[in-house]
This record gives sequence, structure tokens and C-alpha cells, in this order.
Amino acid sequence: MNHWPFIIAAYAITIVGTLAVLGASFVRMRRAERRADALTRRD
Amino acid sequence: MFRGWPSRPLRTARGPLIPRRAVHIFANPARFLSIARPLTPWLGWPGLLLIATGLVSGLFLTPPDYLQGESVRIMYAHVPAAWLGMAGWSGIAVASLMQLIWRHPLAAVAARAIAVPGALFAAICLLTGSIWGRPTWGTWWEWDGRLTSMLVLFFLYIAYIALSSAGAERGSNDRVSAIFGVVGAANIPIIHYSVEWWRTLHQGQSIGLAGSKIDGSILWPLPLTTLGFTLLFAAIVLMRMRAMLAEAKVEARLKRMASE
Repeated sequence: MNHWPFIIAAYAITIVGTLAVLGASFVRMRRAERRADALTRRD
Repeated sequence: MFRGWPSRPLRTARGPLIPRRAVHIFANPARFLSIARPLTPWLGWPGLLLIATGLVSGLFLTPPDYLQGESVRIMYAHVPAAWLGMAGWSGIAVASLMQLIWRHPLAAVAARAIAVPGALFAAICLLTGSIWGRPTWGTWWEWDGRLTSMLVLFFLYIAYIALSSAGAERGSNDRVSAIFGVVGAANIPIIHYSVEWWRTLHQGQSIGLAGSKIDGSILWPLPLTTLGFTLLFAAIVLMRMRAMLAEAKVEARLKRMASE
């Protein structure tokens, strides 16, 4: 049995999942902090 | 959001069990943010670099295992995911305990911030383990002690996310999800000892404090990916905590503006 398709699938799931949660967390943080900063500047 | 700061530390007859200052020094959101903002990139970038180095090394620089063949390379992704799935829940349990004892709102924020990345790494552990199992054991899934207890951990994460999200929407001091976080930690030793209690399909412990049963020529990229994923996990948790604190600040400010 050729193991490489299994290895590639496992790595792809790990990399895509990690980058997805990293990207989503980063975007949420930037958006929330920008809104908070904008409100602070308005005061 | 930041109401309910601790009024009293735990006390014994001789005085505070733990000095109040030592316990609460990082519980102030402003002080936390002053540390978290510079720390986030210092955790994230080295984490990404270590992960890339470890995964590429594991793919191209290590030899195949004499028994498992090439599929042993899945270990470099699977083991850190398993570690983070379990460490994540341990973090939730500690933060929940701090929330219950000292009523730190920041502890509740930390527990909620850990839940999603923790669930993700538990899922990655299950999926990569299943993919590893097919060429190694000849099956995608078996109701083995380790696999089943890890699946239970994933379901605990999903339940915790649902509970804590509902609590956050109500805006209440969410004791139910904190209690759930502490009680759910009972599954962690079950996962750890499952390979000793029920010797079915999953291999026994290969790496421990006393050493490793894995040959050094195969093992060396594993500490790189484990440390790298751990640093990145910490950066993700900090990002999510910063987002939650900023969202709470915006919400409080908007409520105040509406009432003026």
C-alpha cells in the first residue's frame, strides 16, 4: 500500500485547520480592536 | 464585564493561602493587554517557523520506520494535535477553577478563548489518527479506549463551546460552563491511561519523562512541531482573548452611549 496519499491528507488537514483558526482569530481580533480604538478616539 | 473582582483571597488560620497580589496580578485586563499585545507576535511567528521546519524535516529528512513504513511521518502532526487537545482542556479546567474560586472574569475569557482551538486540535488528532490507522492497522476506526476517550474529549469541547456561548450571550457570570470545564477534566487522565487500562489497538505510551522508545533519527522533528504548535496555540488564545476583551469594551461603550 502506498502511504503517501495518507501522509499528504493528514498534513493537509493539519495545515488547513491550523491556518483557518489562526486566520479567523486574527481577523476577529483586528476587527474588534479597531472598533474599540475608533470608539475611544470619538470620546 | 469586569465586575466581580475578588474581594477576599482564600485564607487559612495563619493568613491568605496564596498571596493575593501573586494570584491577581495578571487578572487586570489593562495589565493583561499590555503584556498580551507584544507577546502575541513573539509566540506566533516562532511557532509558525518551528512548525514549518518540523513538518518539512519530518516529510523529507527522516527515514521510514522499519515496521510502519512511511506512514510514521503522520506522527509529526498527530502527536502535537493530541497534546494540544488534552492541554487545551487542562487549561480550560484551571481557568474555570480560577473563575469559580476567585471570580476572575479574565479567567472566564481565557477558558472561552481556549475552547475553539482546543476543539480544532482534538478534531485534527482524531482525523490524522484515523488516516494513520488505515495503512497501519487496516481500519479507519476502532472503538479502542484511546480513540473513544479522545472522541469524548471532542464532544466535551463542542458542549463547552455551546454552553459558554449561551452564557456569554446572556451576559451572566457563567458558573455552569465553569463547573462543566472542571468536571470534564476527569476525561484527561482517562485518555492518558487508556492505553494501559484497555490494551486493545492503540499502541502504548512511546514517549515519557524517562525517555523515548522511538529511535532518535525518527524522533528529532517531533519536539520542533510540538513546541511550534504549542507556541502558535498560545498566540491564537491570546488573539481570541484580545478580541473578546475589545468586543466587551465596545459593547459596554455602546450601552453607555445609548443610555446618555
